[in-house]
Amino acid sequence: MTSPTPQVAAQTTAIAVTGLRKSYGEHLVLDGIDLTVRQGTVFALLGPNGAGKTTMVQILSTLIHADGGGAVLAGHDLNAEPARVREVIGVTGQYSAVDKLLTGRENLMLTADLYHLGRARARARAADLLERFGLTEAAGKLAATYSGGMQRKLDLAMTLVSEPQIIFLDEPTTGLDPRSRRIMWQIVKDLTSSGVTIFLTTQYLEEADQLADQIALLDHGTLIAQGAPDQLKRMTPGGHIRLRFTDAGALGKAQALLARPAKADAEALTLEVPTGGSVPELRGILTLLDDHGIDAAELTVHTPDLDDVFLTLTGN
Amino acid sequence: MTTALADSAIMLRRNLRHRLRYPAMTIFMILMPVLFLLLFVYILGGTIGPAGHTGRAAYATFITPGILALTAVAATTATAVAIASDVADGIVARFRTMPIARVSMLAGHVGGAMIQTVLAMAAVTAIALLTGFHATASAVNWLAAAAVLILFAFALTWLSVALGLAAKTVESASNLPTPLIILPFLGSGFVLTQSMPAAIRWFAEYQPFTPVINTVRGLLIGGPIGHNAVIAIAWSLAIALGSYLWARKLFSRDPVRA
Repeated sequence: MTSPTPQVAAQTTAIAVTGLRKSYGEHLVLDGIDLTVRQGTVFALLGPNGAGKTTMVQILSTLIHADGGGAVLAGHDLNAEPARVREVIGVTGQYSAVDKLLTGRENLMLTADLYHLGRARARARAADLLERFGLTEAAGKLAATYSGGMQRKLDLAMTLVSEPQIIFLDEPTTGLDPRSRRIMWQIVKDLTSSGVTIFLTTQYLEEADQLADQIALLDHGTLIAQGAPDQLKRMTPGGHIRLRFTDAGALGKAQALLARPAKADAEALTLEVPTGGSVPELRGILTLLDDHGIDAAELTVHTPDLDDVFLTLTGN
Repeated sequence: MTTALADSAIMLRRNLRHRLRYPAMTIFMILMPVLFLLLFVYILGGTIGPAGHTGRAAYATFITPGILALTAVAATTATAVAIASDVADGIVARFRTMPIARVSMLAGHVGGAMIQTVLAMAAVTAIALLTGFHATASAVNWLAAAAVLILFAFALTWLSVALGLAAKTVESASNLPTPLIILPFLGSGFVLTQSMPAAIRWFAEYQPFTPVINTVRGLLIGGPIGHNAVIAIAWSLAIALGSYLWARKLFSRDPVRA
């Protein structure tokens, strides 16, 4: 499926976005976005509801026009040759876009026909995808009777019919139950091993952490941070342990005893103690409490995650 | 161009499969004009026929062209609803991000609607014959009448495509074409326009259904056609072209933000 491109750069860069802008009336949705996605990697655009994630996907997938800026996808200029871009991309939106009046197999055959795969190849491809997504049994049933998770899987299967080089997944697991979410994650992980580039949006930090090679945080139309998950995690202060006590007396004594900048919450009876999270350090704290007869009812270890990064960077 | 045709054929197949799978709309398309036919022939037909068309069979013969025009109207709701549902379901957004000829998405609906309308008109004509409709037309006249009706149905179909795209919701798409049902009645479908009060008569004589119905009536049961044929064709072409341009404009703009 990979087409040879004249520029060497185009072979390693799947998506290059420069100065992308979009507003709806007075409301500025995207305010000059620059980003680069390397071929064969997973890029996660992370942000809260209304941050502009879907608008970004809609522009890059040729659905709507940007007000300014541009993008090159697999060597094709988005503004100049949208038809060429459509040949190399696949899109699975936030709401499953399947034909509910057709069966699962008919949906796949329709897609294959529209890519002019030819009967035999279309049939083989449909059967293969149904099998891969665990939909073989439901293949003859109308998509209207499918559960949300099944519709989402069928939607993604339709996107894969043409073996696109770049796949856009707009909040692929929003509204799915935890089990379907795990299955979807596994599917995305499997896809990357075949060299496909994935551009996904999500509001779940865990999802970005699980899947992405690169993450960009989008907030109010601008990218406030970009990097690998570990890089981003290093941008926040270290972790802490949280101790919960059964009464305010114990909490007070513990706070005095530990002599660190610990943060006490008198209402929840908890004490947050900054640590590096190492075992000797934890053991030291617990032994100290034990020696003074202070009982901690509960201990939780908190390592910094993307939540912290996000909250730190957005300042709320 | 060849892709546009190939893609349109695929979309037509999809549309026909929908129609076969959900026959409720098809049944309504035939039932609605047939109910009007039976109502007018058997309940009112004994008393309201215009001079020269009195008696149930003669009145059935008089109103069948109007009933056939009504059949073209009955198809519009299904088309508008199908288009609006496609947009609402997000399948149109999927198609837009695929390398396919955009016109094919609308062409599939128009093709499906035309096939169904022609079949419904044939069924309605058969039922009209059973109620006493008697045509004196030659085979050529039958074909000419069919051509006029099909061209008119084509115009109404493009109008319903545009209405389906203009509708904000599927519900409003099902309501928008409804006022069209009244037009055969405010025209020459069921009585002679000469019998109407002046203002309504003026409207009746200048609205598109009247020349279409008069032309079909003249072709099927005889009588003068005059300028009606030219006006009927002009109206149909104008509505088809205007609606097509409107639909194309609605369809090529950026979809509204979800």
